[in-house]
Order: sequence, then structure tokens, then C-alpha cells
Amino acid sequence: MTSADVRALLPLIVLTSAPVLVMLVVAFTRNHRLTCGLTVAGLIVAAASMGPAMGLAPREVTPLFVVDGFGLVYLGLILAAALAVTLLAYGYLEGRKEQPEEFYLLVLLATLGAAVLVIARHFASFLLGLEILSVSLYGLIAYDRTARRCVEAGLKYLVLAAASDAFLLFGMALIYAETGSLAFSPTPAPEMGRAIGVLYGTGLAMMITGIGFKLAVVPFHLWTPDVYQGAPAPVTAFVATVSKGAMFALMFRYLGPMSGVTGAPLFAVLSIIAIASMFVGNLTALLQNNVKRILAYSSIAHLGYLLVAFLASRPTSTRAVTFYLVAYFVTTLGAFGIVTILSTAERDADSLDDYRGLFWRRPWLAGTFTAMLLSLAGIPLTAGFIGKFFVMTAGVGSALWLLVTCLVVNSVIGIFYYTRVLVAMFSSPPEGAVVSAAMPHSLPGRVVLAVLLGLLFWLGVYPNVFLFVIEAAVAA
Amino acid sequence: MTLVWLILIPLLGGLVAWAAARWGSSWPRWISLAALGLDLVVALQVWFMGGPLAKGDPWLIDFAAPWIPSLGISVHLAVDGLSLIMVLLALFMGIIAVACSWSEIQERIGFFHFNVMVVLAGIIGVFLSLDLILFYFFWEVMLVPTYFLIGIWGHENRIYSAIKFFIFTQAGGLLMLFSILGFYFIHGAHSGIYSFDYFHLMGTPMEPRVAMLLMLGFFAAFAVKLPVVPLHTWLPDAHTDAPTAGSVILAGLLLKTGAYGMLRFVLPLFPTAVENLAPIGMALAEIGILYGAILAFAQTDLKRLVAYTSVSHMGFVLLGILDRNELALQGAVIQMVCHGLSTGALFVLAGGLQERLHTRDMNRMGGLWSTMPRMGGMALAFALASLGLPGLGNFVGEILVLVGTFQVSAAMTIPAVEGLVLAAVYSLAMMQRVFFGENTRGWKLPDLSMRETVVLGTMMAGLVLLGLYPQPVLNMARPALVHLNRSAATPVSFHTAPATIHSRGPMKIGLHSRSSADPTDDGSFRADTDR
Repeated sequence: MTSADVRALLPLIVLTSAPVLVMLVVAFTRNHRLTCGLTVAGLIVAAASMGPAMGLAPREVTPLFVVDGFGLVYLGLILAAALAVTLLAYGYLEGRKEQPEEFYLLVLLATLGAAVLVIARHFASFLLGLEILSVSLYGLIAYDRTARRCVEAGLKYLVLAAASDAFLLFGMALIYAETGSLAFSPTPAPEMGRAIGVLYGTGLAMMITGIGFKLAVVPFHLWTPDVYQGAPAPVTAFVATVSKGAMFALMFRYLGPMSGVTGAPLFAVLSIIAIASMFVGNLTALLQNNVKRILAYSSIAHLGYLLVAFLASRPTSTRAVTFYLVAYFVTTLGAFGIVTILSTAERDADSLDDYRGLFWRRPWLAGTFTAMLLSLAGIPLTAGFIGKFFVMTAGVGSALWLLVTCLVVNSVIGIFYYTRVLVAMFSSPPEGAVVSAAMPHSLPGRVVLAVLLGLLFWLGVYPNVFLFVIEAAVAA
Repeated sequence: MTLVWLILIPLLGGLVAWAAARWGSSWPRWISLAALGLDLVVALQVWFMGGPLAKGDPWLIDFAAPWIPSLGISVHLAVDGLSLIMVLLALFMGIIAVACSWSEIQERIGFFHFNVMVVLAGIIGVFLSLDLILFYFFWEVMLVPTYFLIGIWGHENRIYSAIKFFIFTQAGGLLMLFSILGFYFIHGAHSGIYSFDYFHLMGTPMEPRVAMLLMLGFFAAFAVKLPVVPLHTWLPDAHTDAPTAGSVILAGLLLKTGAYGMLRFVLPLFPTAVENLAPIGMALAEIGILYGAILAFAQTDLKRLVAYTSVSHMGFVLLGILDRNELALQGAVIQMVCHGLSTGALFVLAGGLQERLHTRDMNRMGGLWSTMPRMGGMALAFALASLGLPGLGNFVGEILVLVGTFQVSAAMTIPAVEGLVLAAVYSLAMMQRVFFGENTRGWKLPDLSMRETVVLGTMMAGLVLLGLYPQPVLNMARPALVHLNRSAATPVSFHTAPATIHSRGPMKIGLHSRSSADPTDDGSFRADTDR
């Protein structure tokens, strides 16, 4: 490993040292603010160390990693999302019984796992990253040990994630048996004319099962609503954004080069998954009364939209996928940020009743939530609109008529349940209802929400700067 | 920049009005009025000072700036006579809407005025946009505040109506976006220029079947707004449950955006497809005229009655547009303006009645003339306008449409004329049920206030003016309509080579005057030719 390799991997090295440091500090002194501060500092230093790496991209570091523009964009996205989650969690954990310090440790570790995924180009690093991410998430989801629902969600995630990882591992083994290589890039897309080997096909199917589980696309989505509902709100935000985003980046890197061939079985399978995710996600969301579950089903549908962009031909699909993911990150973090801020020490604010009349009690919070929901629905002025626009552009440009039609139909269905939440917020507060005294707003949480709101409108009105970044990174 | 200001002034005014609510309840109202008044002055200045950019060019002002250059999306605004008439109507109705909600809205006044102003900004944006994505953007901007206006300040069924409105228009809008993207790629594949600019896209040759499909996407969005039967079902609900200002804006303006979209985009962009659609579209228009009129007669809810008359009247507008001759198009424009004024006024009256009686049920009214003679007189005048009495604006619009239709097909004219008869029936029946007869319930009510009298009087004056001397409006709209119609009348067939397309009339005028005749120009940046 040369010094250039080290510089290219610097963000990962920082991310690896940060949890160690935090662990040592916690061993000596338990101080919430200090731990949170260290975590924030670790994430910021990791982000800053992307600077030297950027100059070297694209660079293959050992057979395991490739540091390229694409990976760095997603790395930056993951670090930013982790930072947002950390800051949101500070206020959330402040008023609770559990000791908060280990939370940050796990967040850092999970972020490391996600970071490994986005620059992986080898099955070994893939699995390594995935396991670091999953194991940290088990702890995070069940962090509130005293709450039954929390523990239940953690267990559910543990069992299902372990099973899906087993599938993934088996799939890798089968593909290895066929191709004799564990690296991504030389994995041969079956040449034209040559039938896909049975082992290779089975292996790929198992891999898609494993990937699909992390992405929570239909039919691998059954854990999503329960885990979203049971996990502490900041963790839900993390699962919805960092975990899914990293896996999507990995899928893009691994399966992307194979997806261009229309008519291939892979294309058909992913199309079916996309359509099923859109319809099941949106239709089931209609039946929910719990805000976290609504957002869970909505995120299933959104991954379906993302798959439409994924299935479009390159390079439009890269732009569409990346932009949509950014918009999705901003929006989802914002939405769960609101849930986090409104949560009390006893319970998360996840019932629709918690939001009734919110606009007249806390106009700024409700206004922010409104913007986030409208962005999820893809209404102009928000990032979600430009994201949906890019997805549709990519889909129409690649003549994916069926998929785009499904997307349009589902966007309309989606409005039903987003407006249900809106209606609750703008309705008059129920007579004589006991408005639970929420925790005092934490300043970091409010700053995060303000930044996210700003980003939402900035991306929605003037996406040029960010588009330029994507184009430059992908071209490199 | 004038055009940008036309959109920004209401938007900023709305923000200030919202913020000013903390100082007192009348601040947002006065600020909104002032902002709209200022905007009206700007628009009137364009009317009186502006001249065409080039001889034979319908455009008065053209503004273009890059927005997302990598996709060929620009902020391209332009105004011609048609747009200007619609913008003036929007500002006038906006002022009416603010004035008529002066006493009705007592809660959350700041947010209410913010929503009103944002809807107006979106509507003005729709009337000015010449970039299809920008157009779609403003099209959707109108949606959310209207949803809030209905959903927060509306009547009994407001949530249901608001969501229904939202879903209908959003579904139509997404179909339009689908078509816009399809158009973009077809044009890009054909010419190598990927642009959403109106002038670039105009005259794109395509197969008739594809053109039909794309056109239907646009048509769906506009038909929902217009509304065309059977896509009208959101309208009675939304109009009935909206607060007065919401009904005035819905009837006066939102419906017009659908008609405007047909005139501005469907006619010139898909000339051959429109020709194929015209018989079906005209049949739908006729059905709308008769169906709306018959259902209006059957209503007991006053606002619902007026809402159904909108369906009937907008049928005339659709008929006029699909006739595609100059007379009928002129008639459609006049009808749009006059329908805005007359139906808006009827909604103001219905709102006034509801404020006094706390009901809209006509079975509980009757004989109100004796207690409110001024309101009765006003209502009679607007009811007569609505039924197409000569001397008032609606007559001019309807007669022009009918004469235009007669040139296309005499048979098509017959049901439309029946619509006029039915209009007389429901208008007079409404008057009978509300104002005439015995005041059996012994209502004793305050007559029109000064504010209401001024509001309604201004609208009446507009109708009388348009009825007696519509020439200024016709003159203003004429170049634009001739231009739109010429684009429509010279269909570009699929087999025509691109070189010959460029030499065709409308295309040449469009490109030439924008100084972007250079085909390598992706429409991303142009000098501001504002004056």
C-alpha cells in the first residue's frame, strides 16, 4: 500500500479511528455532549479527508476498494446523513433514561459499514461492509431496551437480516463457483449468445434477495414497517437513508453494468420488483394511521421509483439515481427529523393524532413537515419534484413506458396519504385533547431541520450546482 | 424583467402579508390589495405602452434566462395579447377575491392571504411561461395553495373536496409531464437539440399516432381544469366547499388556465392531432354545455348551482377553441373573461348570502328581494349576464363562438344554442327561488355593504363594457390568436423534411424574432429583450 493509497482511503481510516476514540473516551468519562461532539468531529474530519482522496480519484486501492467520483459522492452523502442523524439524536437522547454514549459509537460504526459498501468492488469488502452495518443496526434499532416494541423491532431485524445475509453469502459462493472471481468488475456479464449458467443465475437471484432485503423492496419489505415503527426515530432515519443509500450505490456499481440489456432476465426481475414496490408501498400506505408506518411504506414506493431510474440506460440513469437519492435523503431525514423533535421521553410522536393541529401550535415545524411531505409527493419547488422529473426523464428517454406509467399512477396514489398527514396538521386541534408537553427543542435538531429545509428548496429551485457536482464526479 | 416582476410582486406581497398578520387583522388585507394593485399597474403599463417586438410578431415582451441548462430548461417568459388579457383578468379577480373575503375570513388571516397570493403568482406564471417545464412548474404551484384554501377555510365537506381537487389536477398534470418529456425526446432525437422551449418544440414532425398520444396527455391536464365532462366531478365539490375567495379564484382563473393551455400549447403544437380530435372534443363540449345546464337547474345548493353553470359556460370555451377559426377563438377569449366576471360575481353573491343566512340551501331562501333589494338587483343583473343577455359581455362571447361553430358545422351549433335556452331557465329559476316570491321565513337581513357594492359594481361595469365595446380586448387578442391559429392551420406532416419546416410561416416568425434562429443554440441563454 503506497502513501497515495492511504490518502485515498483516508476517509475510511478516519471513520475507523473515530469509534475507537469514542469508545476510549466513554470508558473514562460519560459525558453526552462530549461524545456527541467527538462523533460530529469524527464525521466532519472524515468528510474533510475526502479532499485528498478527490484528487486521486479514480483509484483502485487494493483489490477490495475503488475510490472514484461516484463512490465519493455517495460517501459524502452518507457522511452528511450520519451527521444529521447524530445531531437529531442529541436532543432525542438527552431526555431519556438510557445511557446515550454508546448510541454514537454504533452510529459511527454503521456509517463505516455504509462507507465501505459504496467503494467496495469485491465480494469480501461487500460482505464486510454489510456486516458492520447490519450488526451496528441491530444494536441501534433495539437501543431503547426498556421499550418492548423497540426490542421486538431489533429482533425482527436481526433474524431477517441474518437470513438475508446468508442468502447473499450463498449467492456469492455460487457466482464464485461459476466465474472463479470474487471481484465485481471482472464478473462477466454473460456474453451475448451464451446462456447464463445455472449456478450464476441462481447466485445472482440470491444476491438480489440479499440486496433487496436491505433496500426493502417488495417482496423483501416485510420488516420495514415494524422496524420503522419500533426503532427510535433517529435510527429510523438512519435505516431509511444511510443503509438504503449505501446499498443502492453498491447495487448500482455491481448490477448497473449488466442492467443495460433490455429483455435480459435481470431486467425483467428488477422491473417486476420496481412495479410491485411502487404499488404495494403506496396502496398499503393508504391503510396506515401511524406516521412512521406511512413513511415506511412510502419509502418502499420510493425505492421502486429509484429502480425505474436504475433500469434506464446510462448515463442519464446515474444522474437520475443520484439526484433522486439526494432528494430522498434530504426529505426522509427532514420527515424523521420532525418525528424526532416532536417525540417525548415516553414515546415517539408517531400517531397521526400527534400531528393534529400542529400547524397552529408550531407553525415552523409543521411548515417544514409540509414541505417534506410535498417533496415526497413530488410537488414543484421541492427537491422531490426535480428528482421525480429526472427519474421520468431517464425512464422516458429509455422508453420504459410501462414503468413510467406505473410511476405516474403511483404518484397520484401517493398524494392520498401524504395529504392525509397534511390534513391532520392543518385541521383544528381536537377539543380538550391533552397536548403532551414535548421536550424542549434541541438547538442542533432545529439547525439540522433548517438546513434540510433550505436544501430542499435549493435543490428544488436551482439544482444546477448539485447537478454539476454529479456530472463532474461521474465523468471522472 | 417586467414579466419576472409580474410574478414576483404577488409572491413577495403574499410573504409580507403573512408576516404582517401579527400587527393586526387588516394588515394582510391591505398589503395584498396594494401588491395586486401595483401588479395591475405594471400589467396595464404593458397594455398601454407595449408594442410588438417585431412587425407581424404577436409577442410584446420576451424574457429568457438559463435555469437548468444541462437539460435545456430555461426561464422563458413572454407575453402576447392573449397572455396579457389573462394576466389582467387574474389580477382583477385577485383583487376581487381579497376584497370579498374581507369579512368572511376571520381566522389565520395571514396564511390565507399568503395562499391567495401564491395561487395568483402561479396563475400569472402559467399565463407567461413559454418553457414547458416552467409551465408545468407554475401549473403545479397553483395546486398546493388552492388545496389549502379549500381545505382550511372551506365549508362542510372541505377535506374531501380539497383532496379530490388535488388528485384530479395532479393526475392530469402528471400525464402532461409525461407528454412533455416524450415531446422533448422526440424533438431531441429529430433535431439534436434537447430543449423544452416552446419555439423549439413547435413544428416538431412526428408520426400521427405519437402526436395523438402526446396531445392527449396535454389535453388530459387541460380538460381536468377546464373542465370537460366527464372529468368535471371535482369542480362542483371544490367550488361549493371553497371559501368565497377560493370559489372566485377557481371559477374565475383556474378554469381559464385549462382553456389557456389548450390555446397556447395544444393548438399550435399538435395541429394535425387536434384536427382529428376536434369532432370528439366538440361533442364533449356540447355534452358539457347541456349537462352542466341541466344539472345546474336541478341543484338546491346555490353555490353548486353556480358551479354547474361553469361547466356549461366552459363548454362554450372548449367549443370555440376546437372550432379553430378566428371568430370562434375570439369568442372563446371573450367568454373566458366574461365567465370569470359573471360567475365570480355570482360566487361573491352566494358567499354574501351564506354569510348572512348561514345556509346555501335555496329551499330555505325566497323573497329576499324585499329585505335586500340592492343585492337582488345585482344578482338579477349577473344572472342576466350569465344567461347571455345582449349588451353584456357573455352574449358577445357566446354569439362569436356560435357563429364560428356554424362555419364549421351547422349541426354542432344546434345543441349549443339549446344551452343558451337552458341558461335562461336555470338563471331565472335561481332568481325565482332566492329573491322572488314570498319571504315566508321572514328573513330580515342587512343589504349589500359599501364594500360589496363596489366589488360587484366594478365587475358589472366590466361586463357592460365588454358587452357594448369589446373591441379593445378583441384587438389585443387578435394577433396572438391569428398566430396560434395559423400554426394550427398549417399542419406539418411527418414526411416533411426539416429544411422545409424551417421555412414555414409560424416557425420562422417564432425563431426569427427570438434571435435564436441558430439551430445550435440550445435555448439556454438569450439576451433579455425586455423593454
